[in-house]
Amino acid sequence: MSEFEPRVVAFVCNWCTYAGADLTGTSRIKYAPNVRIIRFPCTGRIDFMLLLKAFANGADGIIVSGCHPNDCHYTSGNFHARRRWIMFRELLDFMGIDVRRVRFAWISAAEGAKWAQFVNAVVKDIRALGPYQHYRQVVGAGIQ
Amino acid sequence: MDALRNKARELLENKLAQVVIGYGEGSLGRVRPVFVKEPAAAVKLVYDGRCLQNLATYLLKPEVKKMGKIALVAKPAALKTVLQLAAENQIVNGEIIVLGVTADGKLIDFPDFKAIEAHVAASGPDLSPEELAVLDRLSHMSVEERWAYWQEQLSRCFKCYACRAACPLCYCTRCTVECNQPQWIPVPAHDLGNLEWHVMRAMHLAGRCVNCGDCGRACPLDIPLNLLTQMLVKGVGEHFGQRAGISATLDHALSTFKPNDKENFIG
Amino acid sequence: MTIEKRTLKKEAVGEFINRLRAGQWQVVAPKKKDKQVTFGEISGAEDICQDYVQTTQSAKGVLFPRVEELFRYQMQENGAQILEREGPPQGTVIFGLRPCDAAAVAPLAAVFTWDYPDAPFKKRLAQTAIVAISCHQADEYCFCTSVGGSPGDTRGSDILLTRLSGGDYLAEIVTEKGKRLVELAADLFTVAPKEEKEKNLARVEKRFDAKKLAEKLPGFFDSPVWIEQSLRCLGCGACAYVCPACVCFDIQDEGNEKRGRRLRCWDSCGFSQFTLHTSGHNPRSVQSQRWRQRLMHKFSYQPDRLDVVGCVGCGRCSRACPVDMNLLEHLIQIAEG
Repeated sequence: MSEFEPRVVAFVCNWCTYAGADLTGTSRIKYAPNVRIIRFPCTGRIDFMLLLKAFANGADGIIVSGCHPNDCHYTSGNFHARRRWIMFRELLDFMGIDVRRVRFAWISAAEGAKWAQFVNAVVKDIRALGPYQHYRQVVGAGIQ
Repeated sequence: MDALRNKARELLENKLAQVVIGYGEGSLGRVRPVFVKEPAAAVKLVYDGRCLQNLATYLLKPEVKKMGKIALVAKPAALKTVLQLAAENQIVNGEIIVLGVTADGKLIDFPDFKAIEAHVAASGPDLSPEELAVLDRLSHMSVEERWAYWQEQLSRCFKCYACRAACPLCYCTRCTVECNQPQWIPVPAHDLGNLEWHVMRAMHLAGRCVNCGDCGRACPLDIPLNLLTQMLVKGVGEHFGQRAGISATLDHALSTFKPNDKENFIG
Repeated sequence: MTIEKRTLKKEAVGEFINRLRAGQWQVVAPKKKDKQVTFGEISGAEDICQDYVQTTQSAKGVLFPRVEELFRYQMQENGAQILEREGPPQGTVIFGLRPCDAAAVAPLAAVFTWDYPDAPFKKRLAQTAIVAISCHQADEYCFCTSVGGSPGDTRGSDILLTRLSGGDYLAEIVTEKGKRLVELAADLFTVAPKEEKEKNLARVEKRFDAKKLAEKLPGFFDSPVWIEQSLRCLGCGACAYVCPACVCFDIQDEGNEKRGRRLRCWDSCGFSQFTLHTSGHNPRSVQSQRWRQRLMHKFSYQPDRLDVVGCVGCGRCSRACPVDMNLLEHLIQIAEG
């Protein structure tokens, strides 16, 4: 019997979280393989629609992570991103999209262990939530 | 109403304006937007409880701008729209004449944006108690109930873009849905295309919407689209203390930030 | 075929629908949903709403769906595999259509079978039957009689029902297809009623002459009337989408290098980018040109080229328009002006 393995897409910034994930690897820390990492120059570059595109393409969970406030490589990208996420997350919740499946974090280049812990925790939660059937049913619906 | 008609006639007679954009009698007891150019035609203008459309949507139409100086009959939400458009550099001070009409029918001739700002500052909050109650009711539904509600509403949409056309703040000459390299938002009115369009529309208005309600009113299928933008008006106010349409100086919530913006979901 | 007249008693309507469904027809009819009446599949006569002047949306989606898959593709080792869409498995009876909507099949079919026979449309048309119901009420937006129709018009219907004073229906069996439907419930269609049809129809005054309009329009091409009339138009697609005779569509490919599909979806000549060329040139770059196109297309070009008026006077466009672009008013202005 095959158990459900969640597919988690991670949108991360190059300078902090991506480097941090790299550190996780070079530190030989094992963590859940369910995550697909997409690298951006900065979290400020992450278009909110990308999150919905991930769901439409089969993601069961989403991670968004970047530099801690005040540490952004481009000074203020993550501040703008934070504002955007605050409103976007509220809008998604208002429309009935399961925001427990969208997880945000600040993970720096030095926090290799935190990346592993975070991914493991998110994958565990998404596994419990199950596949995101509701969203997948929307894809392909309404066409004759 | 007489004060409005007289003022309009005066402006046109003295060539202080070339066109007055206001409301006139329409079909079957409706009102419709009218573009009054002759002083004698000013008597066509009406103003009553039926006059709900935000006429500021015509301010940026090239065909209307070509007509000359515009005098706009502005209901309360349209006043805020004028300020927001000014803040976004779409109109400059003195470019248009704003004839404000208050909720109790009084005519106010605003000499400049500062006067509108003062008037708007004295007006009430962005959302009425009734509107807040509707949002509250929705937020007390479970996530599954909200999903079912919005899927049911949005699946009816047929992408006529009346919501976009009616919104004065949707003034991009080439909307993002009209760009196809890549086709970011699907064009067809299938369930996914509708969901993505409405999410995107709402987010592009976050921090800019003045809650005129025209999007929901324009929708030929009675989809309560204004709830989406309204919810963001409330959210932006609560989280960032910023409001659209209260100043001719830009203070856009999603282009600004505070180093200590608060949230409770980032790990 | 000469039209046969029968009576369908009001109690028998429900059973007629049951027989249609038992005969493998899907039945689509106007249903009340919140504030609007729209066409949807019904399981029985009790679902049908007849208490309206006109539905917000037309039933053209049965023949010309708002989103239709034309084919899908999948990359295989030896190239792309194309899978054509099967088409609806069942026939559809549109029950309770107004005569104007039934007449709208003619302009739709004229475009879709003109220079290139549109296979999906033709398949759907062959599988669709129309049981229309005459209008006993109309409003100021209706103008069927100005475009060659009427509240009791049989054009386009396979069966036309007219409600008589007692609630029973005069059933006019117009086509062979209608005859086949009646055969599924022959016992329900009894001898023709004596009551006259005309006195049970709504009165819709003729407001302009469509032929006179078609003659005048070419001379109006450069008139400033288009600018005047279209000032308040917002350039949305509401009128085109609710219109039972509008046919503009877009083709969208959705997919990637491995698999995908080609979709056809509704479009509107009112959109600003509708005629945008790849070069960047847009021959209809202002709303007045697009408004002119809309009217001339329906009332001049189509009558000229396809011998059919592209409008049936249902009035939906005017009712749906957010800024009250009352089409009838504009037509009268040109026809009389």
